[in-house]
Amino acid sequence: MAYSEKVVDHYNNPRNVGSFGKDTPGVGTGLVGAPECGDVMKLQIKVNLETGVIEDAKFKTFGCGSAIASSSLATEWLKGKTVDEAAKIKNTDIVNELKLPPVKIHCSVLAEDAIKAALADYKEKNASAAAPVASK
Amino acid sequence: MALKFPIFMDAQSTTPCDPRVVEAMLPYFTEKFGHPASRNHPFGWEAEAAVDAARGKLARLIGARDPKELVFTSGGTEAINLALKGVAEMYREKGNHIVTTAIEQRAGIDVCKRLERQGYEVTYVPVQPDGLIDVEEIRKAITDKTILISVMFANNEIGTIQDIAAIGKLAKEKGIIFHTDATQALGKTPIDVEAMGIDLLSCTAHLIYGPKGVGALYVRRKGPRVRLAPLFDGGGHERGMRSGTLPVPLCVGFGRAAEIAQESMGAENARIAKLRDRLQDMILASVDEAFLNGRPDRRLAGNLNISFAYVEGESVLMGLNKETALSSGSACTSSTLEPSYVIAALGASAELAHSSIRFSLHRFNTDEEVEYVGQRTIEVIKRLREMSPLYELAKEGIDLKTIKWKAE
Repeated sequence: MAYSEKVVDHYNNPRNVGSFGKDTPGVGTGLVGAPECGDVMKLQIKVNLETGVIEDAKFKTFGCGSAIASSSLATEWLKGKTVDEAAKIKNTDIVNELKLPPVKIHCSVLAEDAIKAALADYKEKNASAAAPVASK
Repeated sequence: MALKFPIFMDAQSTTPCDPRVVEAMLPYFTEKFGHPASRNHPFGWEAEAAVDAARGKLARLIGARDPKELVFTSGGTEAINLALKGVAEMYREKGNHIVTTAIEQRAGIDVCKRLERQGYEVTYVPVQPDGLIDVEEIRKAITDKTILISVMFANNEIGTIQDIAAIGKLAKEKGIIFHTDATQALGKTPIDVEAMGIDLLSCTAHLIYGPKGVGALYVRRKGPRVRLAPLFDGGGHERGMRSGTLPVPLCVGFGRAAEIAQESMGAENARIAKLRDRLQDMILASVDEAFLNGRPDRRLAGNLNISFAYVEGESVLMGLNKETALSSGSACTSSTLEPSYVIAALGASAELAHSSIRFSLHRFNTDEEVEYVGQRTIEVIKRLREMSPLYELAKEGIDLKTIKWKAE
């Protein structure tokens, strides 16, 4: 299978590889997938607690090149978005951007799941902090 | 010598034709184009003589008594289909049970699955963690309805060479026909159908530096005389077992490849095993939690299969594929989207099946290529582990089995 240029680019130059401390204020962590399925993504967001804007995002992925590219792209897109805007990122956006073939769509689904899981974790940990932003 | 890219280390998927093979084939495309079944003119005689000479070379390579025991096919897949379906149909009245193993190549497994749907019973004997089949497990699986034992000679992923002689002996003792899929073993390890008690043997040309599109099935003629129902009807070529005009140039190429394999096997195995061992030592010395698959002392000389914990196989291949051709048991590289059933059958975790990489070396690989591929593999594994959440968790001392994974 030939890979799209964008997948190759993200694979060769992954953006935002790394980790934040899980308990750092404003950090939300999503860990999705399973080793036996061949795909695990850890995606983290760091939210500015005053503005509700995602200031930084990091990922680590165990998976094929398309899974790495999907999560790398997701971190790029997350930065600068508010928590609410981030929730609107769809797997189909990732498919279109990376030109993923049908057998790789599950990689984009996993990336969307990872975003959702990170957002949910952030909201859970910062229920009081997030509330004013949401009610603004 | 300067390296030429991409480097090919996927020789258990196919091999390049040896130039000597191509040279032998060429006249049979043009001036010597006759049909080997044309019995009444020199064109036919010439073609028949060429095909029979090739048959003889193949017979010598596997220790067959009579070249007539070899039936040319379109390749290994057809040979396996003919052997299994041919026996199943021909001996249906004697019984409906087949004993095979869990690690046969896809053709072997899939033919058995089809036969099961048609009312046959198949026992898939499990494999031991080292890749070897326990002959006693085969003995236990045999019933009074068993008409065929089918066990691969050497495995396509892990290269493990089975104790074929012991299985042949068991089959003789029980009076059951014994087929072995020798597509990976032919020309790579000594085969003697007489000494090993083999009744049917499937093989192919393109894995021994011969052309794609031709294979053969050895069908024993004496003690016992094995009979097969053909897969297709037609002119009754190949003793009625495989109708269809023989591809004479391909048969000639197969014969020449067999002849070269026989002449060079000993020295070549020693050379290739040395390269393979160097590659193995290099990688295992530099990468932690890298697990060798298959028993090291019963392996094809060119085979090296390693599972690299915490990294997924396709991503490893992607990091190398501009410069090096390898293969992986990862689901992402299989047509079925399932990880390697061979690695899984060894009892390894599914994660390690996704993480397996097969290096398969061949006649034309060099020391420089091995050094390069070893170094690059180590670099790619290290880079991917830096971005693996599993590696990070493991380094934090967390047992991955204790995590409740949320699969999609």
